[in-house]
Amino acid sequence: MVDATGPYELIALSAAAAARAIAAGEIDPTELIGAYRARAMADELNCFTWVAPERGPGSGGDIAAGSSPAPGESPLPGTPLGGVPLAVKDLFCTAGVPSQSGSRILEGYEPPYTATAVARLQGAGATLLGKTNQDEFAMGSSNENSAFGPVLNPWDRARVPGGSSGGSAAAVAAGLAPWAVGTDTGGSIRQPAAMCGIVGLKPTYGAVSRYGMIAFASSLDQAGPLTRNVTDAALMLRHMIGRDERDATSLRFPEQIELPRADRLDGVRLGVPAELSSEGIETGVLERFHSALALAQELGATINTDVMLPHAPHGLAAYYVIAPAEASSNLARFDGVRYGLRAGDGQDLVGMYTRTRHDGFGPEVKRRIMLGTYALSAGYYDAYYGRAQRVRTKIVEDFRAAFEEVDFIVSPTTPGVAFELGEKTTDPWSMYLNDALTVPMSLAGIPAISIPCGLSGSSEGKGPVGRGLPVGLQIAGPAFSENRLLDAAYALEQAIGFDSTAAHV
Amino acid sequence: MDVGRGSGRDDVVEYEPVIGLEIHVQLSTRTKMFCGCELSFGEPPNTRTCPVCLGLPGALPVANAKAIHFGLMIGMALESELAPRSIFHRKNYFYPDLPKGYQISQYDEPLCRGGRLADVRVHRVHLEEDAAKLVHVGESGRIHASDASIVDFNRGGTPLAEIVTEPDVRSAEQAGEWLRLLRVTLGRLGVSDVNMEEGSLRCDANISVRPAGSDEMGTKTELKNMNSFRFIERGIKAEVIRQEKLLARGEKVVQETLHFDPSSGRITTLRSKEEAHDYRYFPEPDLVPIAVSEEMLDTARASMPELPLARAERFEHDPSYMLDTEVAKTLAFRTDLGDFLELRRPESPDEARVRANLIINELAPRVGTDVPLADSMVTPDAVVTISGALMRKEISIGGARQAFDILVEEGGDADAIIEREGLMSAEGGDELAAVVEAAIAANEDAAQKIKAGNPKAIGPIVGYVMRETQGRADGGEVTRLVHEQLGV
Ligand SMILES: [Zn+2]
Repeated sequence: MVDATGPYELIALSAAAAARAIAAGEIDPTELIGAYRARAMADELNCFTWVAPERGPGSGGDIAAGSSPAPGESPLPGTPLGGVPLAVKDLFCTAGVPSQSGSRILEGYEPPYTATAVARLQGAGATLLGKTNQDEFAMGSSNENSAFGPVLNPWDRARVPGGSSGGSAAAVAAGLAPWAVGTDTGGSIRQPAAMCGIVGLKPTYGAVSRYGMIAFASSLDQAGPLTRNVTDAALMLRHMIGRDERDATSLRFPEQIELPRADRLDGVRLGVPAELSSEGIETGVLERFHSALALAQELGATINTDVMLPHAPHGLAAYYVIAPAEASSNLARFDGVRYGLRAGDGQDLVGMYTRTRHDGFGPEVKRRIMLGTYALSAGYYDAYYGRAQRVRTKIVEDFRAAFEEVDFIVSPTTPGVAFELGEKTTDPWSMYLNDALTVPMSLAGIPAISIPCGLSGSSEGKGPVGRGLPVGLQIAGPAFSENRLLDAAYALEQAIGFDSTAAHV
Repeated sequence: MDVGRGSGRDDVVEYEPVIGLEIHVQLSTRTKMFCGCELSFGEPPNTRTCPVCLGLPGALPVANAKAIHFGLMIGMALESELAPRSIFHRKNYFYPDLPKGYQISQYDEPLCRGGRLADVRVHRVHLEEDAAKLVHVGESGRIHASDASIVDFNRGGTPLAEIVTEPDVRSAEQAGEWLRLLRVTLGRLGVSDVNMEEGSLRCDANISVRPAGSDEMGTKTELKNMNSFRFIERGIKAEVIRQEKLLARGEKVVQETLHFDPSSGRITTLRSKEEAHDYRYFPEPDLVPIAVSEEMLDTARASMPELPLARAERFEHDPSYMLDTEVAKTLAFRTDLGDFLELRRPESPDEARVRANLIINELAPRVGTDVPLADSMVTPDAVVTISGALMRKEISIGGARQAFDILVEEGGDADAIIEREGLMSAEGGDELAAVVEAAIAANEDAAQKIKAGNPKAIGPIVGYVMRETQGRADGGEVTRLVHEQLGV
């Protein structure tokens, strides 16, 4: 609760608390935006690829009724989010604002329209604070694949923030933004949230419109919140969801998203499948995970370790066929003809295509385009893409069966804590392994949240200041179980008592 | 006569062409296949575009329900099996007229399978989006050696139905005739403008030849994008001859994609089999499957008009019409003519025949093809009046023609016009006989020649009658009377 009588730190307010304080007239949204803008401008972690310019007072007058406010402008009063600033991952199209998806090939590209998810948040009163750095086209688990340079982890600047929504996660963890929108294809919200000690939620596939998200893998991409706490995640999600006529795969969410209130987990059945909680996981991560399970039991939950996801170990292999296959097609539009980079002018058509894509894409993007092109080629389709889709179906069935036995599946979010910059860049497979615990939920299209469950005390996770590095707890539920999922996460969050502002710079 | 040429006739192998057709039909929906842009009809370049049909980053397709409805109607007209569930695929290749780097099409789960129209079986019908239009600046007009290429995205994303036939066509003429039937059928469905010059109907042909009577299939070539019935027939003919010559020389036909240049009559290679694309088809993840509900089928069924083939049959065999085959076909294949006839029920097959002939031979040529007959100044009742008057011999065909001349210009009541213009055959019956008698008397020479067995000599006598009656006499009736009076 905000103490309205005394001086308080604007930056210390969570997004939900700030929105309440604005609504109560306790703080001025313009001051809040200004405070965050100053911090974002002074960003030393390379979180932002663009920060909204300052707007003079009254410049909001040209906002047409019913439209969303321009970047950096104060929203109309009385909106639910009251002007709380919002950091947005670079790959969301934002009208007239650079939207580059972390790629050289889209450097300086300003789309003519705004993504539905962002427009809905703006419509609810969020103010666009800036665009955040990411792995190029969301391909990466460390944010080292950005054309605009790596993002540093605020807990330890020698380490990566995770990826691909690394800029969003680091900005929230460092207090450069109250909250941020990210996207998750195989873990790109949950994994950086875990590594930066914040909350990240990947909603049910179809819950949030993908219209205006620069696509990586269409059947997996899903937008979601990166926030300091579970309540903020619920608040942001409330204003993102809903059927969008412009996205054929979007779905009507069956209920309103409520702010979580549960303080107990009585009767809640948690499943801990061996496939997601044993092999290849750092001991420091496992320690924190098991403490979280003990806390859950104290809150009344039961733990079921017999539940199985037998096909989950094949998820990563299937994912690294399906996602690159879709990406190889999604990225074909970057051909230098209509927008973005064009190189090789004066050469013939194929020469121009080749030069543009050679110069415009980074090595990881090229690798995945080649992987995906190969997987879809005549003669290989069944062996790769067809087979991967069959694995995907098996994983969907695994989860369906598991949710007959338990309410939620829990696991560590990542096998390890944030690793050092450059540590895994030469070995793509070890990098891909970061997604092993998050990919199965993406393939199944089900919601999953990562909340911080403490700091790793193990040697490989020890930060330079000796305080350890954040560990994430992942909770996954059936499709459209977001309200229950948020409640469970909230109860655990209160019990764990993690300070998500500890890394504020 | 070159005798030598005929001497080896017995050794010459007779070849039989085997032809399959692929027809792209632009559907006349209000909006494009996957976005809300209205279809373009010659607007300035790139004015009918949006993020979706420009392939901008982040834009997503949404399938046009009306296009699916039209697809189902085409399937019903072609007696296809309608898939309860079909999906879109991405067909991947790079070209500047393809802004996404892939075309959204249907692959192994099309909307319609099988079917038949007249003597040609249908293999499948599927939905897809049209490419944008490339305009090559420079002398050649082709992308190679052009100075620059300009892309107009107005056409990009226009809904297309692709109709693929089985290889049942055996000649260029048959191809042309079948395509004409397909064209009137689609036009009758109202799903397309079916205008070949404007590209709303485009045809590719897969052509091979084989020894007549053989069941084997020869190597086929694909002749691309012919945009008139005449070019299709000429192109197929030229390609069949080219293949026959190759085989007769003992050479092989190479599988390739060809272009027919109608101005030179030459066939050139567009690309060889080696250059063929690997389209890397995979299910379009941005779209959900097309699930055809009972309701959609009911709506499509309710929208189905009587098709031209069925209508021609009816005009020919329905006891109230009993029209000649060609007349029935003409009326059925030009929907507005058939509609105009059917606006008033015929009193008898004779009346139907007279009115059908008036519509085809008198009314239609006067109105032209720019407007449907129903939208002309002439009412169906006017035609009924004139055909009745003709049958009762109250007016001559000449009088009828004069009445049509006026009706097409001014409209109005036919009786009133006949009255006002004095078109009644006042000379009908005995009076006309009197004029004929006078005409024979004034042309003795001609009368003698007719009697001597030269019917062509009748000219001056008919001319006399027409002058006397100001052209209102019926030529046939005059001839009859002349013969009657001369006893021939
Ligand atoms: Zn459009």
